[in-house]
Amino acid sequence: MSKKTAEKQAVARKDMTMGQWVWKEMKRNKVAYLMVAPYMILFLIFTVFPVILSIIISFTNFNMLEMPDFVFLNNYITLFFDDDIFLIACKNTFIFAAIVGPASYLLSFLVAWFINELPPKIRAVVTLIFYAPSISGQAYLIWQTLFSADSYGWVNATLLELGLIDEEINWFQREEYAMPLCIVVSLWTSLGTAFLSFIAGLQGVDASLYEAGAVDGIKNRWQELYYITLPSMKPQLMFGAVMSITGAFGYGAIVTALCGFPSVNYSAHTIMHHLEDYGGQRYEIGYSSAIAVVLFVIMVGANAIVKKILSKVGT
Amino acid sequence: MAKLRTRKHKVVLARSAGGDVGITIILTILGIFMFLPMLYTIMQSLKPLDELWMYPPKFYVMSPTFSNFKSLFSLMNESWVPFSRYIFNTIFTSVAGTFGHLFIASLAAYTLAKIKFPGANGMFQLVQLSLMFNATVTSITSFIIFSAFHWLDTYWAIIVPAWASTLGLYLMKQFMDSNVPDTVLESARLDGASELKTYWTIAMPMVKPAWLTLIIYSFQSLWNAGASMYIHSEQLKSFSYAITQITAGGIKRAGASAAATVIMMMVPILVFVVSQSNIIETMGSSGMKD
Repeated sequence: MSKKTAEKQAVARKDMTMGQWVWKEMKRNKVAYLMVAPYMILFLIFTVFPVILSIIISFTNFNMLEMPDFVFLNNYITLFFDDDIFLIACKNTFIFAAIVGPASYLLSFLVAWFINELPPKIRAVVTLIFYAPSISGQAYLIWQTLFSADSYGWVNATLLELGLIDEEINWFQREEYAMPLCIVVSLWTSLGTAFLSFIAGLQGVDASLYEAGAVDGIKNRWQELYYITLPSMKPQLMFGAVMSITGAFGYGAIVTALCGFPSVNYSAHTIMHHLEDYGGQRYEIGYSSAIAVVLFVIMVGANAIVKKILSKVGT
Repeated sequence: MAKLRTRKHKVVLARSAGGDVGITIILTILGIFMFLPMLYTIMQSLKPLDELWMYPPKFYVMSPTFSNFKSLFSLMNESWVPFSRYIFNTIFTSVAGTFGHLFIASLAAYTLAKIKFPGANGMFQLVQLSLMFNATVTSITSFIIFSAFHWLDTYWAIIVPAWASTLGLYLMKQFMDSNVPDTVLESARLDGASELKTYWTIAMPMVKPAWLTLIIYSFQSLWNAGASMYIHSEQLKSFSYAITQITAGGIKRAGASAAATVIMMMVPILVFVVSQSNIIETMGSSGMKD
């Protein structure tokens, strides 16, 4: 905005109501609305509207064939009081997210921090090693080969050789191992966008701050991290948190691929699977929309809480 | 000279040798954890049949062979839908989705970052909010929407939502905020350039790293997209789905499936190797301000 037009507006604003001024601004910026329109319209149709529609449909019985009928909170009541498997799914989702979210966040940060002072070429190679699993599609299937149920699986064979077990363990079909293994595999694929953002954030910290810090008596790398590095890259820490938390709810496909669907005795069944079960397979759209709304509230809530906590760090 | 001394000072005080050793050890262990499964995938794909079924299994391949890749291609020829069709589907949706996304999202990003108009902030907040939930939440109702558009079982159901993916707009907008100076745009506007022209000839050439990042993110997610609940016809399904089918063929196909996984993962990895520095540069401005 040029100085002249800015002045004009400042003057104009005095003799107009706020509403008139906004309307005038909107007309003046017609082009801007046209320019955001293609994106915003698609975004509203494919992201915002589905959320609103889920909320509406979650109050109905709907099977895609007959007209939906309004049942108010029935779906939610069934969900929380009559659906034992949903409660198992909730418990598993919380365990999963509470471990994978923070662990992948810390891992992303620590690795990014550890490699920050390496020479650029070596850093690029190490970055690739840590980042590759997150972009390699179904490369996580190799864990099924490593932990294969028979003695051709590398882990079973090694444990048998060492005499630690007497017979092969069917890893992904045993209740006590399915979930922990899925968590490990998810962590393996979890150094993604947050990790890259941290690398960039660490590179962007003003080097003179470190020098000034050294003069001011910073004694070791931990103090340097706490007093200089973390406060300087707070925006990245925030963005990384959102990526890690949202990501922590996105590993349903890995569980399905490794443990099958449903997993043995629902030992690794998450809300994502419950949604897929009722929506994608049984076509109980009303009920699955209620599940989607619960999942939405959990994800946005977790993000909001963590953002609040992070915004207090270092202030 | 003074600067040099501070540097020395810092090195002596802020970096204990013990810490360096500890970090190197932790990083090595983590690196092995990350790298070994990838390496094992490659090893598996190069093992001849008798090595795949050897007891005890060896980690390393002893007599590497490309026979798994060959049998993968002969398996492909036997498939009911020609395998080239799956590959075409994936490439077509990846390219169409990615380019649409690049233009639509960067146009909106430019407008939100560089033109002040009522509602701009609200729109961006809404996009930022949508980073906080994933597509699982909207999968069921998207089905209803696609069905209303008669988009079920068409490429549109894959391509058009990809155009409006949120992370791309977010990264592009943040990058423009910090890398396109207002003064340059202002002088172009004073010269009478339209907003569209300013966007295309001045802003876009300044944000090439962000283009590349958008392209790669969009491409990766479309390339890796497996079975979609919106696509039923076999001839419209993706390469990644076809590979899952080969893998699902069980033990007999262990070799071919490892070969398929290697082909599948090499593409995004190579793309990342080429573009790493640009992506990191884009991520420099990825931070969230509030």
